[in-house]
Amino acid sequence: MSTKVVLAQIAPTLGDLDRNLKMHLDEIRRAVRAGADLIIFPELSLTGYLLQDLVPECAQEGESGPLLKALARASRDIAVVAGWVERTPGSVHHNTAGCFLNGRLAHRHRKVYLPTYGMFDEGRYFGAGEVFRTFEAPWGRTGMLVCEDFWHLSSSYLLAQEGMEVLIVVSNSPVKGMDASPAPPGKAAWLGLGSVVAKFLTCYVLYVNRAGYEEGWSFAGGSYAVAPSGKVLAEGGTKAGERIAVTLDDTQLRRVRTAYPLLRDEKLDLVRRELDRIAEARYRME
Amino acid sequence: MPRPRRASTADDLKLNARLVEEILTGFIGDETRRAGMERVVVGLSGGVDSAVAACLARRALGRRGVVAVLMPYRHSHPSSLKDARDLARKLGIQAEVFDISPMVDAWYARDPGASRVRRGNKMSRERMSVLYDRSVVHEALVLGTSNKTELLLGYGTIHGDMASSLNPIGDLYKTQVRQMAEHLGISAAIRRKVPSADLWPDQTDENELGFSYDEVDRLLQLLVDQRGSRASALEAGWPRGMVDRVLRMMRRSQYKRRMPIIAKISERTVGVDFRYPRDWGT
Repeated sequence: MSTKVVLAQIAPTLGDLDRNLKMHLDEIRRAVRAGADLIIFPELSLTGYLLQDLVPECAQEGESGPLLKALARASRDIAVVAGWVERTPGSVHHNTAGCFLNGRLAHRHRKVYLPTYGMFDEGRYFGAGEVFRTFEAPWGRTGMLVCEDFWHLSSSYLLAQEGMEVLIVVSNSPVKGMDASPAPPGKAAWLGLGSVVAKFLTCYVLYVNRAGYEEGWSFAGGSYAVAPSGKVLAEGGTKAGERIAVTLDDTQLRRVRTAYPLLRDEKLDLVRRELDRIAEARYRME
Repeated sequence: MPRPRRASTADDLKLNARLVEEILTGFIGDETRRAGMERVVVGLSGGVDSAVAACLARRALGRRGVVAVLMPYRHSHPSSLKDARDLARKLGIQAEVFDISPMVDAWYARDPGASRVRRGNKMSRERMSVLYDRSVVHEALVLGTSNKTELLLGYGTIHGDMASSLNPIGDLYKTQVRQMAEHLGISAAIRRKVPSADLWPDQTDENELGFSYDEVDRLLQLLVDQRGSRASALEAGWPRGMVDRVLRMMRRSQYKRRMPIIAKISERTVGVDFRYPRDWGT
């Protein structure tokens, strides 16, 4: 079975949810017309990134708000991955990415690793998610990560142990540390990470980063898709509005997993024992 | 000339100029339109910083999107005005000339003994005042032209040349601005000029600062971008006097890089725990 995917490298408007929803629905309609099965928007695609005190003002309660309902409705024709600020009943705000499927929110991932260093300040505004879970989708068992989550190898590893075949990573990665190299610094690191994770966990990696500007930051784009072999299938440039099309093929996934049965041979019990031992030693009270 | 044994060579300051141009022109266009404008005004001094800023703005907003404002004082070097005019002509942008001598001289007529530093600051703020006034006439934003070296060393006049609505070159060291100038095809007359605020005759930046931009940019990159300590700078071979002077200048000018300090009284205070992005809803 093959799945047509669009990586929608948009630049949302900071704090203007109605305008962003309209942009999502326009992109969704266009992707449907192009015969796509899945469209992926970047991290916090409905709100923008540098929200600061706008976080509570942009938050969506549960799944009942008009924004999420509109995306759910649109997902009758095509699966949609988008990002927003979620408020829990306990008034905790999460940086959340969700997958809308067949008219409903099928899965949601709350960002676990909130970067709070250097130029980032997410820990001030958001609560951390506490789980990594996969879900069943028409194109295969899927896991989702938000930006910094991907830089912790254990995140992808855990999802893979639960049977993940497709990893969706959404981000708002900015340009920093510019030097003389031909591509924005960081681009090579993101692509390298995606290739390594795809190859070693024998899964697809679909990465969507935003583009555009906020508060003097420029977001680097460079969305990509990597096959389970580690081969880069498609790669975007730096511009806002790029739509990167890619087709997933589950026969390729089977072929790679047969040739490289790395997941089959993984020693989960050994990993758990060793982690328990290390954690116990680290946190033992003297 | 110090010869650092390691850390921060001139190569570390090299940029992918094409990519930086793409980001900065995108930034200027995006931020100008977000403010509901289509134009910027830029004070063109004849120096390399304002030349690069103007050139980027021209590429971002087009010929009609940039108005160059030339504001000589009677002591300004004649080449400053000429080079600024030549650049405006080459870019095909409108250039306005306002002599600030009458305003500055009227003010100091009552205080003829004022120091040249006071006069220099006054000129800088007079230019700022003219720029903001012209920005209303042209329905434009004021484009900043302070580079990273000046910002870090505090080598600028607060509310004068440091004032602007958006600054495309504030994260580029002086040597990187020069690299951009070359990439953008700015004339050698401007690129090779000895850097000067041109506030009094024979003033040059490097004489006033006591070191060259080539040197201090490498030291700043070590101390700021690479988070190097004073000890690591000394170990790398930088002279103690220069390291301490640079660190002192950075510390003493910190106030210039911040909004005015507000005494906290209420539950929520502007800039403290009332934090909204400037680009909110745009």
